[in-house]
Amino acid sequence: MSTVTEPRKNTVTAHAPGTADTAGAGSGSAGRPRRVRGREERSPLASAGLHAALVVASLVAVFPIAYMVFISLRGRSGWTRPTSAEGGLEISNYAYVLTETEFPRWFANSVIVAAGTTVVGVFVAASTGYAISRMRFPGHRSLMWVLLLTQMFPVAVLIVALYNILGGMGLLDSHLGLILTYCSVSVPFCAWMMKGYFDTIPHEIDEAGRVDGLTPFGTFYRLILPLAKPGLAVTAFYSFITAWGEVAFARAFLSTDSMLTLSVGLQSFIGQHKAEWGYLTASAVIISVPAGLVFLLVQRNLVAGLTAGGTKG
Amino acid sequence: MKTATADPATAVRPARAGLLTRMKRSYDRHWYAWAMVLPVVLVIGVLVAYPLGRGVYLSFTDANELNVAKQLGATEIPATYRFVGLDNYWRVLSGADGEFYPKLLWTVAWTASCVFFHYTIGLGLALLLNRKVRGRSLYRVLLILPWAVPAFVATYIWRMMYNSESGIFNAILGQLGLGPVDWLGDTFMQKVAVIGVNVWLGVPFMMVAILGGLQSISGEQYEAAEMDGASPWQRFRHVTLPGLRPVSATVIMLGTIWTFNMFPIIYLMLGEANALHSEILVTYAYRLAFGSVRDYAAAATYGILILSMLAVFAVFYRRLLNRQEAAR
Repeated sequence: MSTVTEPRKNTVTAHAPGTADTAGAGSGSAGRPRRVRGREERSPLASAGLHAALVVASLVAVFPIAYMVFISLRGRSGWTRPTSAEGGLEISNYAYVLTETEFPRWFANSVIVAAGTTVVGVFVAASTGYAISRMRFPGHRSLMWVLLLTQMFPVAVLIVALYNILGGMGLLDSHLGLILTYCSVSVPFCAWMMKGYFDTIPHEIDEAGRVDGLTPFGTFYRLILPLAKPGLAVTAFYSFITAWGEVAFARAFLSTDSMLTLSVGLQSFIGQHKAEWGYLTASAVIISVPAGLVFLLVQRNLVAGLTAGGTKG
Repeated sequence: MKTATADPATAVRPARAGLLTRMKRSYDRHWYAWAMVLPVVLVIGVLVAYPLGRGVYLSFTDANELNVAKQLGATEIPATYRFVGLDNYWRVLSGADGEFYPKLLWTVAWTASCVFFHYTIGLGLALLLNRKVRGRSLYRVLLILPWAVPAFVATYIWRMMYNSESGIFNAILGQLGLGPVDWLGDTFMQKVAVIGVNVWLGVPFMMVAILGGLQSISGEQYEAAEMDGASPWQRFRHVTLPGLRPVSATVIMLGTIWTFNMFPIIYLMLGEANALHSEILVTYAYRLAFGSVRDYAAAATYGILILSMLAVFAVFYRRLLNRQEAAR
């Protein structure tokens, strides 16, 4: 670091001192003292470093996804020559997966299970999120604790017991059984996220409703719920995605080929003896693209929901 | 007891009436709240607490696939497993079972290294993205992309890239004139490989969360620090990090819990037979329950132990944070 950024000298200038970027480039040249930069200015070298770091990180982030798309377009055995592009691109893998395999069935199963989980989860959890956000009732703290505790439930805690219970009820290998199972994950989770969202809605609205003679239920349904639509959407989306990608329960509970969800069904493309990476990547692209697009739209709110639930205990 | 000296009837009655009134008043005041949380409490009770109780009970028995109740055609075979008390826990915790401590060690190492990389890389990228830089929103979208890919899909993509014969990594190594690496066969490389996937998958969440935290720190604090002549490092150390504390605390806690229980990456990446030394406690418990011999009791025992460890961690972590908060 040059002497320009020496703290004591900068206090004399009473301006913003130069900044060293995390990218690691140096600041102004030593020959011209007192060349002061604000926080938002930087030397060309620092800029180059910043962009270089971001470009490298972006490449690392994007490469596997781009590679998946590339392999999916390379025909059935294109994956065996990973760095070559000869033979051009084709969509035969997509055609095969969509017409010749159980993939559409698995896709539908995943939609049924994930949508069922989402509807039950959000429907049941919304009012609880509101109550925890607004009302200080006896049991409030312990309920918050229980919601947090269920976040740390490993698959292994419930899976054996649920397997036996569902088996006794004849609900193994059924969509309903899987939806009930996922609700054990999604309901506490939805309540947690909804609480975070309700916390961001001003309390004055509740008070206004109360002054106008609404009951707490009325305030919730007529005033708060309509305002919370974005939060509901994000919560619904996240619990959908969580159920959509679940592996352990689905694998243990489902056995009939036509009942499988995507996360289990895809495994059959890469069994012990044959590996059909072409089909698998094509399926993966079909699965990821629509969900990914919605995800990018909502991710900012997602994080706010996740962390707000935790930070304002 | 006060009532020992006083007339029992007069001493007790007001107290009981008081309690009733208090309950009545509490009910009048809070029944809205209780009615609103009732559905979730019911769902948690039926779908979480009841199976959890069953799981605890199973961990005190010797249940396996041979002696649990099952249906064979029309005949129902009743359960014949016995209550064995703390035997399962003793066998696991004394090391007699031989699997617990090595797997615990690796699970802790896996969690610590994943969360460390998640947090530091996420923080670094968030700091870069928080600056005025041309194309910031494009970088942001590109960097978030891994998070938009479902974990099982991501695992399959990486498994393809790690493939020892026709994976892209070995192809690149070959073109650089280096020998191939047995990514998914060798125990050490397996561990490197799964950590790599999880870091790739988990950094975007940390980055977005920390970016949100950075934006909530007011610029005035930085200006004040600059006026006082704080160097960039000092500003980072004394303004940025403390400002990020609430967000950091939450994401580290969530990240630790998620990583400790991360099932799909290890299970799908390494397959069932291939991962004897690189599986974490969760995948091991899963294999106990649904592997070749289904040992439900042992799996339940592992499950309860994992949950207890995480609960203890959460309590201590919260307490540590509160103490730090108080000391400031």
